[in-house]
Amino acid sequence: MRISDKTASELSKMLRNKECSSVEICQDVFDKISENEDDIKAYVTLNKENAFETAKKADEGFGNGEDMPVLAGIPMSVKDNISTKGLRTTCSSKMLENYVPPFDATVVKNIEKNIVPVIGKTNMDEFAMGSSTETSYFQITKNPRNTECVPGGSSGGAAASVASKEAIVAIGSDTGGSIRQPAAFCGVVGLKPTYGSVSRYGLVAFASSLDQIGPIARSVEDTAILQDVISSYDTMDATSCDMPYGNLYRNLSENIKGLKIGIPSEYFGEGIDDEIKTNVMNTIKILEKNGAEIVDISLPSTKYAINTYYILASAEASSNLSRFDGVRYGFRAPEYKDLNDMYVKTRSQGFGDEVKRRIMLGTFVLSSGFYDAYYKKAKKTQQLIISEFNDAFKKCDIIATPTTPTTAFKIGANINDPIKMYYNDVCTVPVNIAGLPAVSMPCAYSSDKLPISIQFIGKHFDEQTILNAAYSLEKIIGNLC
Amino acid sequence: MREYETVIGLEVHAELNTNSKIYCSCRNAFGLEVNTQVCPVCMGFPGTLPTLNKEVVKKAILMGKATNCKINSLCRQDRKNYFYPDLPKAYQISQADIPLCEHGYLEFMVDDKIKKVRILRIHIEEDAGKLLHGESFSGSLVDLNRCGVPLIEIVSEPDLRSSQEAKMYLETIKSILQYINVSDCKMQEGSIRCDVNVSVMPKGSDKFGTRCEMKNVNSFSAAVRGIEYERKRQIEILENGGEVLQETRRWDDIKGVSVLMRSKEDAEDYRYFPEPDLKNIYVDEKEIEALASTIPELPNKKIIRYTNDYNLSLVEATLIADSKEKSDFFEKAVALNKCKPRSISNWILADISKYLNENKCEINETKLTPEVLVKLIKLVDDSKISSTAAKSLLPDVMADGKDVDTMIKERNLLQNSNEDEIKALAQKVINENEKSVTDYKNGKTNAIGYLVGQCMKASKGKANPALAKKYILELIK
Repeated sequence: MRISDKTASELSKMLRNKECSSVEICQDVFDKISENEDDIKAYVTLNKENAFETAKKADEGFGNGEDMPVLAGIPMSVKDNISTKGLRTTCSSKMLENYVPPFDATVVKNIEKNIVPVIGKTNMDEFAMGSSTETSYFQITKNPRNTECVPGGSSGGAAASVASKEAIVAIGSDTGGSIRQPAAFCGVVGLKPTYGSVSRYGLVAFASSLDQIGPIARSVEDTAILQDVISSYDTMDATSCDMPYGNLYRNLSENIKGLKIGIPSEYFGEGIDDEIKTNVMNTIKILEKNGAEIVDISLPSTKYAINTYYILASAEASSNLSRFDGVRYGFRAPEYKDLNDMYVKTRSQGFGDEVKRRIMLGTFVLSSGFYDAYYKKAKKTQQLIISEFNDAFKKCDIIATPTTPTTAFKIGANINDPIKMYYNDVCTVPVNIAGLPAVSMPCAYSSDKLPISIQFIGKHFDEQTILNAAYSLEKIIGNLC
Repeated sequence: MREYETVIGLEVHAELNTNSKIYCSCRNAFGLEVNTQVCPVCMGFPGTLPTLNKEVVKKAILMGKATNCKINSLCRQDRKNYFYPDLPKAYQISQADIPLCEHGYLEFMVDDKIKKVRILRIHIEEDAGKLLHGESFSGSLVDLNRCGVPLIEIVSEPDLRSSQEAKMYLETIKSILQYINVSDCKMQEGSIRCDVNVSVMPKGSDKFGTRCEMKNVNSFSAAVRGIEYERKRQIEILENGGEVLQETRRWDDIKGVSVLMRSKEDAEDYRYFPEPDLKNIYVDEKEIEALASTIPELPNKKIIRYTNDYNLSLVEATLIADSKEKSDFFEKAVALNKCKPRSISNWILADISKYLNENKCEINETKLTPEVLVKLIKLVDDSKISSTAAKSLLPDVMADGKDVDTMIKERNLLQNSNEDEIKALAQKVINENEKSVTDYKNGKTNAIGYLVGQCMKASKGKANPALAKKYILELIK
C-alpha cells in the first residue's frame, strides 16, 4: 500500500508518530498524478511549488512537536470554482481561462490556517453546470473506476482526484448534487453541508441560494475531518449561520440503536435502476438489523423538484453570470464594433453551450410576463418541498435514498440530451432546494463493477447524525471507497 | 389654445453620508484618485458577496419617518439586472416590491399656501461607477470608486402641479436630508440627483396625460427648466392634434432640450428578483421608534409654523428654519415672550448672521444668549438706547459676552428721553434751520428727517429720536 492510498485519518496519525512526512505524502500524490493524470485529467491547474512549501511548514510544526490541526500536512485538491489568491480559478470556462483571483475564498483561508497543502485546482463542468464534467472547456475527466465512464459532475475532477489517489481529500461544491453524484459515480464519500454552514465567500456563484461547498473523501472519518475544517461562521457571507462548528469528527459515533431512518417511496420508483434500488434497500435492511428503525415516509412533491430546481438555479445563474461581460477581467472577444457588440461576442465566444442554455432559460423565467408563471411558482413549490421535509423529519431522524438513478454512464452517452442529463440529479436536488445536509457513500458495486451509493439526508445543521449513520454503515459493511 | 395643467412626479436619488459603502467596508468618499476606494466586493469580482451596512437602513428609516412613511419592518433587497460598464456585477442591488419605507407625505409652503405631496416609497440601493471619456486616452475608462455608495430613492406621487412646486419640493427634501444628517446633498458632487416624470392634461380634467420620464437632471434649476421644456413640448404636440408617447428622455441642460432615450417598446426588462445573497431586512419596531424619537421638528414644519404663528415672511422663515442652530436660538428667544418674533428674526438674519459669516461660526458657538438678544431688542423698543447703539454692542457680546448694561454705561449710550430737554433741543434746532422748516411747510416732508438728524447730532446721538421728532412736529405747527 502506498502512502497516497491511505486516508487522512490514517495519515494524520502517521504524521504525529513521525512514520512519514507531509513532503513524502505530497511527493507520492504528485507521483500518482504523473502516473495517472494523462488518463484521468482531474486537474486544470497544479500548485506543486506552493503545496510543497505548505508541506514543509507542516513538517516543521510536527518536528517541533507543535499542537497541529488534524488535517495539517495532508494534501487536498480544490475545485476550480473556489477562489485561490494568485492561483488561476477558471471554473473550467474559456471565460476565466486566465483569471487569477486577488483574494482567497474563506474556505481556502480555513484550509491555510490548518496548514493543508493544496495540490491543485480540479476540473468541473463549466461554471458547475452539468452532471458529467463533460462541459469543461479544457478537458473531459475520466472515472477512475472505469475510464470509459464519466466521473459525474459538476465536481467530477474533485471526486476523480480522490478516487484516483491524486489527492487525499477534496473540496467541491454542490448546487443540485454536484458533490454527491460524482462521489457516488467515483465510489467515494461526499457531503453536501447544510446551506449556511460553509462560507460561500470566494465560491464563484452558480445559484447563490443553493450553492454549498463541501468535502469529498475516501472515508466517513475524513469527510467529517474536512467538514470541521471548512465550516465556519463568516461575516463576509450574509447567508452564513453562526452555529457551533468543528466537532463532527470528535463526536463520530457508530451507535445507531433506535435511529429512525425514513424511506421515501418516491425515491425508489420509476426511473431508478433496479440494481440500485435493490442494493440500497439491502443496505437499509443491514442498518435495521444493526438497531436502526425503518419508517415509511412520503415526499410527494419530489416529482416537481427537478423542474423547480432548473427554474430557480437558472434564474440565479443568469444574473450571477452577467458579470462576465469582458469589461474588467477574463475573456474579451478580440474584435467588436461597439459596446453592445463586445458584450454579445464576448459572451457568445466565452461561454459553452450548456452555460448559454441555462442563461437563456434563467433570463426567460425572470422576464416580465413570465416571472409569475415560472420563477414565482418555483419559489412556491420550493416551500412545498421544504414543508414536506419538515413533516417527514417529525417521523424520522434521517432519510435514506439512492444518490443517483443510475451508476456512472459512458462518456458521451447523455451529453446531447439535456433533459436526460438533468434527470441524473433527481435524488439530490430536493436536498439543495430545502437547504438540508446530505452525505453520499458507496454501499455496493454493480454487476459491471461500478459503485452504487446511498444518500443520507439530515435535518438542518444535523450533519452529525447523518455522518454517524454513514460511519456506522462503513464499520458494518467495510470501507468500499 | 386650451389651458393645461402640468402633472409632475419626482424620483430623488440621494447618496447617504455613511462612513462606508453599502455592501463592503470601502470608504464612502468623493473626489479621490480613481479606483482607489474599491475592493473585490464593490468591483463585483467572481465569488464576492455583499453584506449590508446597517447604518444605511437606519438613515433610510430616519428619512422615512421624517416624511411620515410607514416603515416595513420586514423587507427585501432585489436585483435589478442590466448591462453597463459602470455596473460591475451587471445588476444593481435595490428594492422592488417591498421598499423599506412607503406611503408617506411631505408638507411645505408654496406661495403662502401649504402644499402636501404624497411619498409613494423610499428604498435603499447601491450607486454605480462612472465612465470617463477623455481626450488624453482613447475609448472609455471606468472609475469604480462610486460603486456601492449607498443611495436612497425617494419617489413622490404625481402630486406636483408646477415647476415652482417641484422646486420647493426638492428644496424641502434637501433641507430635511441635511437636517437629519442623512445626506450631504452636494449637488456639484452629484450626491443628490433626480428623475422627473411630467405629463400635461387640459385644465379641469381628472385624467392624467401620458407621462414622459426625464433622466439626467442634475440640479434643481435644471429640474425647473426641464419641466418647463417638457410642458411646452407636450402641449405643442397636443395642440397640433398629436399624441404624447410614453418615453424615457434625457435632459440636456446645456442645450436646454430633452432628447429621446428610448420609447415604451424599447423599455428595458430589468428582471427583478430577490437578492439571494442577502437575508431579509428585519427592523425591530422599538428600534424604529427609537430612531424616530431622535428626529427634531423639521424645517418644513417650522417654516409653516413661523409664517403662520410669528408672521415671518416665507424667506425669513426658511432662512431661520434651515439652520438648526438659528431656529433653536430663535425659538428660545421667542419663548421669553418679551418682544415681537419678527424683531428677533430681523436681528438674527441681519447683524447676527453678518457676524456669523465673518467669523465662520454658528450662533450657538458665540457668547450671545437668547436672553441678552431679547434684552437688547427691549432696550431699543423701550427707547432706552438707539438701534444703532444696540447694534454697536453686538460684536462684543457675541465675541466676549460683555455685559450690556456695563457697556451702555461705559459708552454713555443711554438715550435722553427727558421731555423738557428734548423739547428745548427741538426748539433750538428749528431756530437754527429756518430753511428746512420752510421746506417742510412747503410740502417737503423728508425735511423732518434732516431736522431729527440735527437733534441727534447736537445731542451726540443720545436724544431719543422718536421724542425729538414728536416735538419738532409739534413746534413747527
